[in-house]
Amino acid sequence: MIAIIKYLQARLKTVVVVCYALLAVTAASSLLVDTHHAHSWVEQHVPCFWSLFGFAAAATIIGVARWFGRSGIQAPTDFYTRSQSSEEEA
Amino acid sequence: MTPGFIHPSLLLIGGALLLPFIQGPLRKPYLFLVPLLALCAVALNTTLSGTFGLFQFMDWQLVFGRIDKLSTVFALIMALMAVIGTLYGLKVNRAGEHMAAWFYAAGSLGTIYCGDYLSLFFFWEMMAFASVFLIWFRRGPQSLQVGYRYLLIHTIGGIILLAGIMLRYQAEGNITFSLLDVTHPQPYTWLIMIGFALNAAVVPLHSWLPEAYSEASFNGAVFLCAFTTKTAVYTLARACAGMEILIVLGVIMALYGVIYAVMENDIRKLLAWSIVSQVGYMVAAIGIGTEMAINGAVAHAVAHILYKSLLFMGTGSVLYMTGKSKFTELGGLYAKMPATFFFTMIGCLSISAAPFFAAWASKSMIIGAGFEHHISWASWLLMFGATGTFMYNGLKLPYFLFFGKNNCSEETWEAAGDPPWNMMIAMTLGATLCIVVGTAPGFLYELLPYHVEYNPHTMYHFMETLQLLGFAALAFFLFKKAVEPVDRICLDIDWVYRKAGCGFLWLVKKPLQAIDTGWGEAYRVVGLSSLMSMSRFWSWFDWNAIDGVVDGIARLVRGIGSKVRLLQSGQIQISLYYAFSLAAVLLITFITFQLL
Repeated sequence: MIAIIKYLQARLKTVVVVCYALLAVTAASSLLVDTHHAHSWVEQHVPCFWSLFGFAAAATIIGVARWFGRSGIQAPTDFYTRSQSSEEEA
Repeated sequence: MTPGFIHPSLLLIGGALLLPFIQGPLRKPYLFLVPLLALCAVALNTTLSGTFGLFQFMDWQLVFGRIDKLSTVFALIMALMAVIGTLYGLKVNRAGEHMAAWFYAAGSLGTIYCGDYLSLFFFWEMMAFASVFLIWFRRGPQSLQVGYRYLLIHTIGGIILLAGIMLRYQAEGNITFSLLDVTHPQPYTWLIMIGFALNAAVVPLHSWLPEAYSEASFNGAVFLCAFTTKTAVYTLARACAGMEILIVLGVIMALYGVIYAVMENDIRKLLAWSIVSQVGYMVAAIGIGTEMAINGAVAHAVAHILYKSLLFMGTGSVLYMTGKSKFTELGGLYAKMPATFFFTMIGCLSISAAPFFAAWASKSMIIGAGFEHHISWASWLLMFGATGTFMYNGLKLPYFLFFGKNNCSEETWEAAGDPPWNMMIAMTLGATLCIVVGTAPGFLYELLPYHVEYNPHTMYHFMETLQLLGFAALAFFLFKKAVEPVDRICLDIDWVYRKAGCGFLWLVKKPLQAIDTGWGEAYRVVGLSSLMSMSRFWSWFDWNAIDGVVDGIARLVRGIGSKVRLLQSGQIQISLYYAFSLAAVLLITFITFQLL
């Protein structure tokens, strides 16, 4: 397994191209699938809906998490111990 | 006990109590045997149905063995986890840690099998008090504090639950643990639900979980990730099915956990946030409350226990071998820990609901139940959360841990390697079950509480999942810089109670201490000196007035005595002389008085 991973890592560009091709095939194949039993209108009528949904959802989550973290939620690792010791000093 | 029913908790508790006496080469077989016996007991109990282990205690009938489909499926997976968890920690020498784990598992099984609130509360608290030792046994610099915070939160949850139980008993006159009237909730309904919800880590009562599970010992976390939250899911499914607030709370959990997991730097804390998110699916399903939703919640609980324990075993192996658990101190480990990487990947694919892996068979059932019950907003948001799950667990975790930038120090890199055989077997078992559940979920569906008319293996589901995962992966690799772990902690709601605790300490140490000191000084200056003056007066009064009277009488008596003493010479003739003289004087006086 290690050898395979190293082999693929050595040909990263090819791997990336293959992955893009697979994504394109997946999206294209979804057009052939019967959406008759899908739960919602968008699933039935928007082509490659789940591809769009997956990308948009992931991008949104990354954006929200980054904004949330930078808005003060991510703090130094000694946040609690530092505030504790400064209170003790005070 | 009624013949036929064997309570697995008794086996685990008995086994735990005997464990310190089993030493040497017998220890490891014994460690494996006891949870295996408990699993066998649960398996035998599956042939039964009804209530067993009935005891009369004062006015109440306690039920220790309620066996139906709901309790059976949960008992089976919990007992199985006790086996896998013990196997994983087989090389742990501390008997206390195994004892804590078995008591914890016994508490969970006791809760699952009980049919009344009194025994439920007993087993519920057993879980809380046993599990805290799995945190303390890590013996890290933060373990003690984290353990106490964990215990404190669970004690508060226990008190809320007890209050609900007592109010319910007062209102209904029984302690039967059954479905509450969720359409007309009373104060006790809310209290019981909150008590259960706290253990299910429902937001905002969740922050004990990421903190405690990431701080637990490497094998303690494997037990912790399975029992507390899923036992709470069982109790919610039993008592609060159809309580609509749970849909909202479940969806919030699913999304909240995702955002925090994406930000997290600690591999085990990421998994802990993932528990919050995944339990959110179960809580939402319980809130939906239809047969399909409850089936989905139970199936997802089973799948979740399998893949989450596998993930905790994988990350636990990293911790066990390297002593590190932060992305910023790890990376590129696939070459050093290939088997661990392989098993962790199976866990990652399982939690991501990738086709033919565990959650593939369960998560879509919950989302489908939401659509079918016309709660589409919840289903859409859960789908949104599912994409996030794949991103942080299916991509971020394996990528930054096993690939990505190698942040290992020389010592860490040297120490890295696949773990001992027992841990490998436990991971193999977990990984196999993850694949079996995903590929052939029929046996799991057979165990569910209601009849299942659901088939995950459809072309539409397959293509939907492939698209979702594929394009989420594309977004991840395009924006991977934005999710690169940084060596920071994420502040959560625990900030509120930690700050409240610090505020309380400040209040005690500063203003209250100042008031106390001032009061003491005022007392010393005003109260004490006036008291001293009073004391001096009363001392003087006592000495001169009271003692004066008493002493004066005494002195008078002593004076008279000393005078009279002179009359007492000790010679008989003189005494006779005084006596006769006195008698003569008295006689003469009497006669004279008579004559006059």
